[in-house]
Amino acid sequence: MTPSTRPRRKSALLARSRIIGVIRTFFEERGFLHMETPCRIPSPAPEPYIDALPSREWYLQTSPELAMKRLLAAGHQRIFQICRCWRDGERGRFHLPEFTMLEWYRADADYTDLMTDCEELLLAVASAVTGEITLTFQGMEVQLATPADRLSVREAFRRYTTLSAEEALQRDCFDELMVTKIEPNLGIGVPTILYDYPAARGALARRKTDDPELAERFELYLCGVELANAFSELTDPAEQLERFQQDREERSRAGKDTYTLPLPFLNELSAIPPSAGIALGLDRLVMLFLDLPDIDDVVAFTPEEL
Amino acid sequence: MYSSADLRKGLKITLDNEPYLVTSFDFTKPGKGQALYRTKMKNMITGSTLDRTYRSGETFEPASLEDRVMTYLYKEDTHYTFMDSQTFEQVSMDESALGDSKNFIVDNMQVDVLLFREKAIGVNLPNFVNLRVTGTEPWAKGDTSGSDSKPATVETGYVLRVPPFIEEGELIVIDTRTGEYSTRVKG
Repeated sequence: MTPSTRPRRKSALLARSRIIGVIRTFFEERGFLHMETPCRIPSPAPEPYIDALPSREWYLQTSPELAMKRLLAAGHQRIFQICRCWRDGERGRFHLPEFTMLEWYRADADYTDLMTDCEELLLAVASAVTGEITLTFQGMEVQLATPADRLSVREAFRRYTTLSAEEALQRDCFDELMVTKIEPNLGIGVPTILYDYPAARGALARRKTDDPELAERFELYLCGVELANAFSELTDPAEQLERFQQDREERSRAGKDTYTLPLPFLNELSAIPPSAGIALGLDRLVMLFLDLPDIDDVVAFTPEEL
Repeated sequence: MYSSADLRKGLKITLDNEPYLVTSFDFTKPGKGQALYRTKMKNMITGSTLDRTYRSGETFEPASLEDRVMTYLYKEDTHYTFMDSQTFEQVSMDESALGDSKNFIVDNMQVDVLLFREKAIGVNLPNFVNLRVTGTEPWAKGDTSGSDSKPATVETGYVLRVPPFIEEGELIVIDTRTGEYSTRVKG
């Protein structure tokens, strides 16, 4: 860090600490319990494009997701966690290989309940941090008092690209179109909730009962920045096992570690009531509210500074 | 060989047999999707720019550029010819590849010639060069217009602003990075 960025970072860390306080209060007032689960785990979810860092024969968590769902299975109704996560090889203006995640889960709920949570949380942070209901990030303005724009993935492809979401998947350019054509348009003016992903991009989300080609998953965007990913949780152990096996095969084809299957999670999955869960990048939230262009500006130290 | 993970601003890579400089770089990853490396690149010969997006694991050949100290010999039409002072090998390059450097280059000047696969694609000049003023209006004594500079033409044909006291035939020092007058050469 050059000395000239030091004062900026100092005030950012002060604001970051305050934002974390606001978030904790927000959830505690709504009856959520703050949970702490182990960071070092034997079996990360075998997601095709998220790589865990090995720690001896185990791994550092890429998300507390599996442990949080086991807590739902154990009967907890509303839980949240603010914790560190590690993802190998992710470094950029919005990425650190070690970052802070906020996750929360609701039993007897679906992803629409989390959409409302997102809107309320953004407003609570805004009123505590800036006292404004408008957020400005790098010259882009977002109104937080109005409901987020709800845009389906199908409609987003129709609106911003020349292919349908299905065609983009077939032609293997879904991610490229998402990054270059769609994301820059999201969360401008009001936050965008991009919802209902093709089942192939459903990850750990359950399929829609009336349209099984789609999964009940959404991403929250502000100023073109992806802030959170949410699911109506998949609770069918057989389907979850099948998806894990497909993901492990995909990882294997890519020459990546396939991990071992998270068996305790799979065994307890059927005990989870219909639930919804979400993961939000806390560092990015701080960047957005403080209008700082680089994730380096909102953490105490980057790996390069150690 | 570089891979996607090595991409960063300032990296020089070979694309379609031409050298490119990465001028802007962004690591992106759509939710649950794959890592994408977005770049803007500038062709180091033509100066044209392009946007390219790469996935993980793609490989790139480094653009191995070589710097050699050479002496500027002469200009023919729009071609400038240089000679390696040790091997006596000669290379020539078009005016367009020289860019603004052509304003500051005179016979027998030592410069760093940038080579890509034996082809000269540009020069690095010293930060300061001495050039002779070949034309400028004399300083009108008693000029009260308040102007603190006047135009002058140097031996390469380049025109710049100089202080009023500079006279025709004088040697002046020019900063090649800005193209501006720096000082006069005494004596």
